Amino acid sequence: MKILVCISKTPDTTAKIAFTDNNTKFDTNGVQWIINPYDEWYSLVRAIELKEADASTVIHLITVGSTDVEPIIRKALALGGDEAIRVNADSHDSFYIASQIAGVAKQNNYDLIFTGKETIDYNGSSIGGMVAELVDVPFISLATKFDVSGNKATVTREIEGGEEVCEVELPLVVSCAKGVAEQRIPNMRGIMAARSKPLKVVEPVPADPLTGVQSFGLPPAKAGVKLVAPDNVEELVRLLREEAKAI
Amino acid sequence: MSVLVFIDQSEGHVKKASLEALTYGAKIAGMVGWTAEGIVLGSVGEDLAALGKYGVKKIHHVDNEVLNHFDAQVYTNVIGQVAETTGAKVIVFSNNLDGKAIAPRLSVRLKAGLVSGAVALPEINNGFVVKKNVFSGKAFANVSVNTDVKIISLNPNSYKTEAGDGTAEVVSSNATVPSSKVKVTAINKVSGEVPLTEAEIVVSAGRGLKGPENWGIVEELAHSLHAALACSRPVADAHWRPHNEHVGQTGIAIAPNLYIAIGISGAIQHLAGVNRSKVIVVINKDPEAPFFKAADYGIVGDAFDVVPKFTDAVKKLKGT
Repeated sequence: MKILVCISKTPDTTAKIAFTDNNTKFDTNGVQWIINPYDEWYSLVRAIELKEADASTVIHLITVGSTDVEPIIRKALALGGDEAIRVNADSHDSFYIASQIAGVAKQNNYDLIFTGKETIDYNGSSIGGMVAELVDVPFISLATKFDVSGNKATVTREIEGGEEVCEVELPLVVSCAKGVAEQRIPNMRGIMAARSKPLKVVEPVPADPLTGVQSFGLPPAKAGVKLVAPDNVEELVRLLREEAKAI
Repeated sequence: MSVLVFIDQSEGHVKKASLEALTYGAKIAGMVGWTAEGIVLGSVGEDLAALGKYGVKKIHHVDNEVLNHFDAQVYTNVIGQVAETTGAKVIVFSNNLDGKAIAPRLSVRLKAGLVSGAVALPEINNGFVVKKNVFSGKAFANVSVNTDVKIISLNPNSYKTEAGDGTAEVVSSNATVPSSKVKVTAINKVSGEVPLTEAEIVVSAGRGLKGPENWGIVEELAHSLHAALACSRPVADAHWRPHNEHVGQTGIAIAPNLYIAIGISGAIQHLAGVNRSKVIVVINKDPEAPFFKAADYGIVGDAFDVVPKFTDAVKKLKGT
């Protein structure tokens, strides 16, 4: 089985969010970069588990970005995976990025393409569905459990107020949410091995971005908490009804 | 030209998030002077014509057995056909679980720019610009859509449903339905409860409750407010509560009108999943709990003392 795992570079969860250039660019000053948590914890680890169960499995990692994403892709390789592909392009448009991933996918006939459920920066949750449409295969979004046996995958996905279990033949694109796998910490052997794993750089295929970010902004700051004494809960209920109009 | 709204249903019932999408789509149609139309896939047990009260004039219904199970590939194909034959220029989804699976596919199929997670009506005076949440609710972006056909998926609970008079004309669509490659083998739903993502009010509790046996007071408060239950990550990881109640960055992200956090310290990962809530109430015995900084109202006190009083006060207010 051949698996492609999509990896994105995102600011650390605790990073300060600020913008520069007249609010048109994310301020990267002092920002720590990480592998998008959903890509790392769920899709990559599940791919590694599938390889551990069947040693003939081949895992490729793919990322779209300039050279500054290489430390992130090396970090992902330290967890596992056989080789990495970096598409040498920089874009924030989901369609452009998905087109690059699909371009590589079409040449390599993957049985399975994994993404995280979304990235924690642009929160688009779009790449998986777009890649699936571009390579014309089924897409199961927000999987919480994933198993494969022969050519058939059994996937549990979130639905409102519960879950749905389905069976679908490979090839397939799956976006992974909590439950698919558990976070792993890379060990020293993995970190050493990652240094000698192949990291191929390919040039982008032509694609036109369909959207563009005009500007960013921050939500208005909260006015500050209004504290109510613990022996005066009725006052809280009154405020929620009359002031906040929330109940 | 029209604005086409995808009306999402589950077991024959139209989801609340779709009523918001209908209202939103009808507002856009009003802004640009087009008609608002809807599309429903699969068998529905409700009166579709009545959805006209949210502003849609016509509803395309594709009632085919294949569509009674969700398959993003099949749904995209059918919605794409209807969008093309009706000349839809703006297509609106709710950014709920199904919307997240279909909208990106449709974007590729129609070469239509997608803004996912929209939180406001588009600005149309200079191009077509839609405001959406980014950085897990810590910021927003104004995204311009450069294509002729545009797709917007609207975050649940970010646009208020408005109902007026009016009925929609329901037309049976003759779109071709391809066969599905996805076989649904089981649906497990927690029945009788408010789905977390659709709830107006959410009552959530954390490690401060000390153990699963103490959830009775939380359930009573939720019940009195007709609220959905949620919990923090440590609580779900310790199996005190089921994983589908876990809200936060790794769990479900929600944006209710009112979020009540009991015995939750407010780690940044938890806030990332709840910071879009309109009003936040924090009950915690530690006055230094970081959650108070993100709260609108707070009580520094012991949950076991405060929560039952809270329930009593709500019941008294509601006269029950």
